[in-house]
Amino acid sequence: MARFTPHTDSDIEEMLDAIGVRSIDDLFADVSPKMSGELDLPPVLSEYEALRDVEEAAWENDTGLPMFLGAGAYDRIIPSSVSAMLSRGEFLTAYTPYQSEVSQGGLQVIFEFQSMISELAALEISNASVYDGANAVVEAALMTARLTKRDPKVAVSAGLNPRYREVIETYGVEIVELSHNNGTTNFSDVPDDVSGVFVQNPNYFGNIEDIEAASEAAHGVDALCVAVCDPISLSLLEAPGNLGADIAVGEAQPLGMSLSFGGPYAGYMATKEKFVRQLPGRITGETVDKDGKLAYVLTLRGREQDIRRARANSNICTNQALTALAATVYTALMGPEGLREVAELSASKAHYLAERLQASGFRLRYPDSPFLWEFAVEMEDVERANEALLDAGMIGGLDLGDGAMLVAVTEKRTKEELDAFVEVVANA
Amino acid sequence: MLSEKTLGSLIRDKGRPGRRGFTLPKNDVENLDLEKILPKKALREEKPELAEVDEPTAVRHYTNLSRKNWGIDTNFYPLGSCTMKHNPRANEAAAATPGFASLHPLQPEKQSQGALRVMHELQGFLSEVSGLSAVSLQPLAGAQGELTSILMVRKYFEDAGDTGRTTVIVPETAHGTNPATATMAGFKSKEIGVDEHGGVDVEELREAVDETTAALMITNPNTCGVYERNITEIAEILHDAGAFLYMDGANMNANMGRMRPAKAGVDIMHYNLHKTFSTPHGGGGPGCGAIASTEKLAPFRPDPTVEKSGDEFRFVRPEKSIGRVAGFHGNFGPILRAWNYIKMHGPELRDVTDMAVLNANYVRAKLGGAYRVPYNELCKHEVVIQPPEGKRALDIAKGLIDHGYHPPTIYFPLVVKEAMLIEPTESESKETLDDFIGAMLELAETSDEDLEASPTTAPTRRLDETRAARQLKARW
Ligand SMILES: Cc1ncc(COP(=O)(O)O)c(C=O)c1O
Repeated sequence: MARFTPHTDSDIEEMLDAIGVRSIDDLFADVSPKMSGELDLPPVLSEYEALRDVEEAAWENDTGLPMFLGAGAYDRIIPSSVSAMLSRGEFLTAYTPYQSEVSQGGLQVIFEFQSMISELAALEISNASVYDGANAVVEAALMTARLTKRDPKVAVSAGLNPRYREVIETYGVEIVELSHNNGTTNFSDVPDDVSGVFVQNPNYFGNIEDIEAASEAAHGVDALCVAVCDPISLSLLEAPGNLGADIAVGEAQPLGMSLSFGGPYAGYMATKEKFVRQLPGRITGETVDKDGKLAYVLTLRGREQDIRRARANSNICTNQALTALAATVYTALMGPEGLREVAELSASKAHYLAERLQASGFRLRYPDSPFLWEFAVEMEDVERANEALLDAGMIGGLDLGDGAMLVAVTEKRTKEELDAFVEVVANA
Repeated sequence: MLSEKTLGSLIRDKGRPGRRGFTLPKNDVENLDLEKILPKKALREEKPELAEVDEPTAVRHYTNLSRKNWGIDTNFYPLGSCTMKHNPRANEAAAATPGFASLHPLQPEKQSQGALRVMHELQGFLSEVSGLSAVSLQPLAGAQGELTSILMVRKYFEDAGDTGRTTVIVPETAHGTNPATATMAGFKSKEIGVDEHGGVDVEELREAVDETTAALMITNPNTCGVYERNITEIAEILHDAGAFLYMDGANMNANMGRMRPAKAGVDIMHYNLHKTFSTPHGGGGPGCGAIASTEKLAPFRPDPTVEKSGDEFRFVRPEKSIGRVAGFHGNFGPILRAWNYIKMHGPELRDVTDMAVLNANYVRAKLGGAYRVPYNELCKHEVVIQPPEGKRALDIAKGLIDHGYHPPTIYFPLVVKEAMLIEPTESESKETLDDFIGAMLELAETSDEDLEASPTTAPTRRLDETRAARQLKARW
């Protein structure tokens, strides 16, 4: 018997007796034997052998190299205490906190997560997370439709991460294309039947957008403005809530989550309190227990699928509690000054790299648009440049497919690495 | 014991302006003056009110919060429908391997062959367990696996020019995500009743199915823990009407090696890797709601799936894909853990199912009598019971806490009054089950007064849930 199941043969005998059947097969008497059959899976491995395979597969990936790839997922420094807290079994192996009395720890973490997100966004209320940034975007799109009582139709530009746009399309939301000049969106001609206007900041190309213009355009047609913000950027950029945005959403991965080939990350969503009934997902609220002691509980459950079923505002059930914990611990450790320092270090280094590249004859695709830590640089053959970078022990930027590379620089990169990057691409 | 003083105290309140919990490397390039590149109105005026704490304070704070939380590691956690089995720590070691943890999702395929191989192999394993050949690992939780499946069905009919398929049928025992999914995918959800076994009422289904039916969402074993013995006939009814049979696979822990959904006529299903394949639930996620389908629906899977050509693994967009449902390739952490879990079990996955079913039936046999068992027949991995007449499920649940057990799922499925859905899982020993059964029998005899007072030993007593909703305070 395997190490994860405790019964001995005599346990099994006793239990079968108690049930009143003679064999394990009898427990499946109601299942037609035609449906069963040996599982054709590789032979059982011991832990040691299995982990050796993991190591072997890990070697087939190129990692451990300076990273210049971003486009929605960023290679940031993660304090060791984050993973230490995540590995606490009491957090790791709990279910969704339905039984509040024995889930106060997880519930308070969610309350703190919601508080931090609300503070960063300068909006009144936040939920406990959704699956990822893309799903936060699509949930926001659907929310705008419910709130405006219009068909789901949103105005976006190429500045919105194309993967987010694809998810919006999968969910049957119509998209209206806004033009962009010099890498930022033109909000002057938003059609009057959209439910929402989206603005990503920094946008997909790394450029800073005008959230105020987006919200004015949205409100001008009685639609809602959704700002898609990198949470780290909110330590130094004006908060969407202060610029008229009705909903702020985004990818929380930069807050202490490893790249992990695309997940688990976490989507965050914040909005005004008057819109809370249309906010999907779990929300933790404060209350008291029988003795009047402060405590936390999942609240406004009437929005959710288990209560409202076919009329729920979303089907989401499981979210990303553990990665939301990572974001909470990370943000606590960093504090407002630390987050700002992460942002400033990244921006300083990105600007250093951009200047060095320009000095070596490269042109920025959007030279007149301010950016923070990500920018598009024109390159004749991005693929060749990336191969040369890999040969030199670096992971290059994203090939935008039209003669430009999207380069992301985080606080991890050193001047030496930035200089090496320039040298390699200049000679590629 | 925890000090009363720490209860309810937020991380923000433990900080002081100027404290820091982490230091960053010094800047080795020139400091950028943001005011030079950005208009003043773009810059944040008021700093966010976050915590300002040192590392020792933060670590103690979150460690103490964890001590106010129960998990499988600390307590027996028989939460029905949730499969709270032991989470092998080898899976955590796997996920922490730097060669995976630091892999960027947009690195070219040839730089991520190891990750692609893991995905490809897991697709194969899930295909083997279900008998359904086409897999996508992209959905990020069970509910999204449901939605992905129903969107694929929708796209199939669109592609076939069959525009009249407007309805998805959902049994009243279904999990709330099923009807919510049907609505979200743009269908009307039509509810049907269940028979005396808690199974889909075949006659009612026959009545309900017509040319507007796109699919039935069935759960097998159903949410009462009972095997859907008419599944083959149910599949035929749907197929004869040109509709699909979708299976909610949240309960696959009862099926591995014993029931292959494909052989029962299932066209498409979702798995919960965070249940059946033991990727930790994390207090509410992350999950992975991988789906598996027949070849007929394969072209509609989310973009991308992983294929092997020659010795290389690559991402491929299925021909008529519904598009993406996630920002990247899915929750790779859970994917890697599930792959490792399956490799540590191999064909012995069937023993997992066998022991899970044995444990549930043992609990059923021992609690029957003191508790009412509405479907008192063979159950699969979980059993639904009702408290003795006059007692409430909520009170028994809270009473269990004082005995050191996490309560089962209560008030679900909705068709059983005062339902208590108990799923012991295969991880638990006979001694644990006997002790739990003892506690349950004692609770059946405990006075209402004492039950209503419980819990008294948990970090809090019962909460005022109405106040939380009426006087909403969801942040500091
Ligand atoms: C029967 C059933 N279906 C679907 C789900 C939804 O899964 P998830 O929470 O991963 O979205 C659950 C889990 O809560 C379930 O028990």
